[in-house]
Amino acid sequence: MNQPAKLATATAQPVGADQGSLVIHRLRKEYRAGHPVLREVTIDFPSAGVIAIIGPSGTGKSTLIRCINGLVRPTAGEILFRGQDLAKLTGGALRQARRRIGMVFQEYNLVERLTVMENILCGRLGYVPVWRAWLRKFPQRDIDRAFDLLDSVGLPGFAAQRADALSGGQRQRVGIARAIMQEPDILLADEPTSSLDPKTSVEIMEILQRVAQDSGIPVIVNIHNVELARRFASRIIGMTGGEVVYNGPPDGLTDADLKKIYGGENWME
Amino acid sequence: MTVADTLNRDWQRFTPLRRLSRFAFYLATLAALVTSLRTIDVIPEFLYDAPDQMVDLFVRMWPPDPAYIAPTVKGLIETLHIATLGTIIAIVLALPIGLLAARNVTPNPLLNLLAKFIFVTSRSINSLVWALLFVAVFGPGPLAGTLAIAFRSIGFTGKLFAEALEESNKGSIEALTACGASKASTFLFGYWPQVRPSFWSIALFRWDINIRESAVLGIVGAGGVGVALDTALNLLYWDQVAVVLIAIFLVVILAEIIVTALRSRIL
Amino acid sequence: MMSRDSRIAFAPNWPTRIGWLALAVYVVYAGSQLGFSADRFSTGLEHGHRFLARMFPPNFSRWELIASGIAESIQIAIIATFFGILLSLPVGLLAARNLMPAWVSWPTRAFIALCRSFHPIIVAILFVKAIGFGALAGVMALIVASIGFISKLFAEAIEEISLKQVEAVRATGAGFLSTLIMGVQPQVLPRFIGFATYQLDSNLRNSTMVGIVGGGGIGASLFTAYQRFDFDVVLAILIIIVSLIMIAEIVSGWARRVFQ
Repeated sequence: MNQPAKLATATAQPVGADQGSLVIHRLRKEYRAGHPVLREVTIDFPSAGVIAIIGPSGTGKSTLIRCINGLVRPTAGEILFRGQDLAKLTGGALRQARRRIGMVFQEYNLVERLTVMENILCGRLGYVPVWRAWLRKFPQRDIDRAFDLLDSVGLPGFAAQRADALSGGQRQRVGIARAIMQEPDILLADEPTSSLDPKTSVEIMEILQRVAQDSGIPVIVNIHNVELARRFASRIIGMTGGEVVYNGPPDGLTDADLKKIYGGENWME
Repeated sequence: MTVADTLNRDWQRFTPLRRLSRFAFYLATLAALVTSLRTIDVIPEFLYDAPDQMVDLFVRMWPPDPAYIAPTVKGLIETLHIATLGTIIAIVLALPIGLLAARNVTPNPLLNLLAKFIFVTSRSINSLVWALLFVAVFGPGPLAGTLAIAFRSIGFTGKLFAEALEESNKGSIEALTACGASKASTFLFGYWPQVRPSFWSIALFRWDINIRESAVLGIVGAGGVGVALDTALNLLYWDQVAVVLIAIFLVVILAEIIVTALRSRIL
Repeated sequence: MMSRDSRIAFAPNWPTRIGWLALAVYVVYAGSQLGFSADRFSTGLEHGHRFLARMFPPNFSRWELIASGIAESIQIAIIATFFGILLSLPVGLLAARNLMPAWVSWPTRAFIALCRSFHPIIVAILFVKAIGFGALAGVMALIVASIGFISKLFAEAIEEISLKQVEAVRATGAGFLSTLIMGVQPQVLPRFIGFATYQLDSNLRNSTMVGIVGGGGIGASLFTAYQRFDFDVVLAILIIIVSLIMIAEIVSGWARRVFQ
């Protein structure tokens, strides 16, 4: 494949460190009272690059990601982004904030019976009025962009295919395209590679890395494959038991840190 | 574990509670049946006489009267209109109420209950009774019949429709919510593509049933071929009755064929 | 990169569009055929007001009559369901194409279709004319309706069973009846309970109505009150009927859970 098109969002202007960065302050989530899944988590996310969150299952990584765009409501704490506390938003304000936050899911979460083109244009549903969505009369600019994005993620000519006819890797590419259609200020990915084979996982991570580079937005990825995290992330956050125990560059991650995160030496041998 | 232990283990198909419940049901069913048989007011002579009477009836119906075909066909066309329009009105009304009843679409338990109550009421009142009510309000004629069919069908289609909604894939909906889509857009792009085949299947199913129901509404004056049937019955013109019955039979078979053909295309 | 003209996002779906248009045209046409008009509606709504007013409050004063009518309806439903199911078993078996030769199954299927085509009310009218007024006509009508429904579903269930399981039981040396019990029945029983409770429900609903045409049960009292314009009595009877049906639905739900 020759020079891939840029995965830039339209608002690809360099933003100041404080404007583009997400700050989570003392975030706490209890699904049952007295059993916190997230304990007073405080993280200063960098304003660009791929940020990988690693840690064992059940440690709250998924909860953390879902608190950012409000799919899970935190019990306490603040999520500060672009001058707003996302944790306090509801209703119309929450919807408006959500359309600036893209999300990629482990199970792709496409609408199976719709075509690839319709799935990608779902990213614009937060921006267009209902009647346009119903009659499929999206602005031409959006449609052109959708075709360009399809080319960028490596699926030229797939526009009219139904989503359930695609392989896992192809579906995830559509999922990424959908998220970028939103022209987000930040991209979240909840275990985007966990349902994919190793080769496809690498391809998907490469796409996510390109998104971070071309558009200058931070890409926060939940991942349990430490090798992938080390290879593609510019920052790694290690969590265990609902708390952050490592927050630094990939090459600073030592075996001792990994043992703290995952516990026990057996899995490393 | 010793051999003796394995010999002592008893294979039982159901837990004690299940066994008790099943036994209770068998007992209750038997008791209900026996009580009914003993207390029902049936004159034995009528029972013994029945086969002869029925044969007599069929003899009088043959041959069917061809002169009655024209009014029968006219009535049948009216019946088809009643059934079709009634079904259409019903699904138009059942759709929004079904959205209220589905717990994943509307997380408000009060609204869920209200919608479910509307459905149960609609289903529990026979279409014939609905016809009686609407005849009292709008006067005799097909308008009453259409509304009767519509109001009876709302509960049936709405309940099935709500169940289809509740079975839809939650992941896709989550993704659309995360995109910042409004409730309406989430419905159009998330729920509707998934439930559309079920929706049409349910609508066709109900239309099929409604054709049968519409045919009898004329007996209480609500239009359709039932009026022709009622007239012939009251005058005891059994050969005309036969014409109507044959016509109804043919139409019902035809409708089933159409529905089966359409259903295989939709799914 | 493809040229812009070949990148069509949404091809117009002409068959679907034409379908919707045809439907809209039909609705308007049928509406006019049936004599729908705006002022019929408005006069109707006026009547509706007065009608509803006359229904409230519901009049339960004739409760003994109502109680005996309801009891008769319940009896009709139970007896019809029991005998209907009993007769449906052999009929459904005869209609199963995988167990029976064609010269047996096709006529049986035709018979079942005949039973199903007519609304129970029509069948009730015929029985009333043939064997006289009363509960017997109602019971026979509902037995016919039950056969039409249950035997068809029963036959379909038999046709869908895994013949491998039946073969396996046969291979142990079991006779026809034993094969039936251990091979066929376990696959078919859970669905059968579902059919049976559905039919009991349906028969209960219909047994409240067959009285209108002389088939016994509460329907006769309902119709009489209606013709006398005693709409408050009508409402009282309706409330009882609806409650009965709701209770039946709940009981059916329990039965299905217990036997699953």
